[in-house]
Amino acid sequence: MKNKYSIFSLIKNAFSQHENWQQAWGDPNPKKEYDAVIVGGGGHGLATAYYLAKKHNMKNIAVLEKGWIGGGNTGRNTTIIRSNYLWDASAGLYDHALKIWENLSQELNYNVMFSQRGVMNLAHNLQDVRDLKRRTHANRLNGIDAIWLNTNEVKKFCPIINTSPNIRYPVLGGTLQKRAGTARHDAVAWGYARGANEMGVDIIQNCEVKGIKRNGNQVEGIDTVKGFIKTKKIGVVAAGHSSVIANMAGLKLPLESKPLQALVSEPVKPIIDTVVMSNAVHAYVSQSDKGELVIGAGTDAYVSYTQRGSHDVVEGTLKAILELYPIFSRMKMLRQWGGIVDICPDASPIISKTSIKGLYFNCGWGTGGFKATPGSGDLFAHTIANDEPHKLNAAFNINRFVSGDLVDEHGAAAVAH
Amino acid sequence: MFVINCPYCGERDQSEFNSGGEAHIIRPKQPTELSDDEWAEFLFMRKNIKGIQFERWNHTHGCRKWFNVVRDTTNDQIHAVYKMGEKPPKDY
Repeated sequence: MKNKYSIFSLIKNAFSQHENWQQAWGDPNPKKEYDAVIVGGGGHGLATAYYLAKKHNMKNIAVLEKGWIGGGNTGRNTTIIRSNYLWDASAGLYDHALKIWENLSQELNYNVMFSQRGVMNLAHNLQDVRDLKRRTHANRLNGIDAIWLNTNEVKKFCPIINTSPNIRYPVLGGTLQKRAGTARHDAVAWGYARGANEMGVDIIQNCEVKGIKRNGNQVEGIDTVKGFIKTKKIGVVAAGHSSVIANMAGLKLPLESKPLQALVSEPVKPIIDTVVMSNAVHAYVSQSDKGELVIGAGTDAYVSYTQRGSHDVVEGTLKAILELYPIFSRMKMLRQWGGIVDICPDASPIISKTSIKGLYFNCGWGTGGFKATPGSGDLFAHTIANDEPHKLNAAFNINRFVSGDLVDEHGAAAVAH
Repeated sequence: MFVINCPYCGERDQSEFNSGGEAHIIRPKQPTELSDDEWAEFLFMRKNIKGIQFERWNHTHGCRKWFNVVRDTTNDQIHAVYKMGEKPPKDY
């Protein structure tokens, strides 16, 4: 039983110089057999394990992680959470996640620092204005809060934006989702890991998967660097490396893996108290609780697993940032990094069964998976436990690439891909 | 970001080029005969290899010609460049 985190446990541990905190999760060796194995110990994988144990009473499960918990894209994203997607299927999926976010710290007894500071999407040309207004209406029909702001209202909401009509891509307005915001990305992984471990889930780090064993069309187990593990159900949540795992099982996925970059500045006093995204010039910025500007850049336009990304992509983003926020012109950037994102042709995720019995994939989140972490885990757990999708992820099946029933969020999702 | 040796123009910065994705995906000769599965395979399914990959590139801001590249996607190192219609080198 894990100790509950509270103000009292904080005070109590202060007396022992915080040296006696209980371990948040264990470091076991894998058992010979599990009822289900989750491949990938990022936020989505850990959330999947957590909800499998909590809602579907599957406690004899393991999460296998190649590196360490939260060391992949969970720790590399720009932490933005929103649900203002155009299509009904996406709106349902992402708002399901947002509703879980709103109570997640209490549910996990772990402060994920969820901050509903609002996300504003800017329009820079007439087509943007039409598209964003249409999306606002679509959102409201789906019960998702969204408002349209004209240029003056944008300036009022975020005064440091340059709204001069003379810049290359002037701000013609924007949309605002007030329930949207940010969360502490590492804390999400740690909170789910702790919660899952408390219910008996084995979290096995430094355990790379080497192969998937099948008997005919049924999954039998999984080869890892820590030996063979017998299991009838494998849920793969490997982000940029999904195709690598799929190849082990003889499957091909409609994915391309590309580096996506982000960077942070030196920490400064509070200057921007919301998240501002700009589709047309591909620049988005928010400020972390430490004071760093958190800036998201674009993907490289070619397949790569290098986890670094091209300099010209960063340069393009910073040019746009400087034109929109001249006040940042003397900021120093402290760190830049890349993560490998797996992008579907329709820029929507796959949360699905596959043609192989007992093999499930949760992938294709592309550039925007973090926001969906709790919802993704919940729906993937449902899919694995029942061998059937939940109605909220039915549209995100892998067969849509055969039937043609795509969920085309390219551009419509309020961020460029 | 890396340098690509265009078979027509020589070495140029990668930012002059556009990637056309996986190479040697042949357009079906009789599209009307294709099943939905075969269409999905042609249009969407990709090897997405971590390692040596054959791919198409276009020198968009140069000669605008298409050609093939053998590239290691783990470190972006290019091992060979060959023209459209040519067979990929055997060593990979």
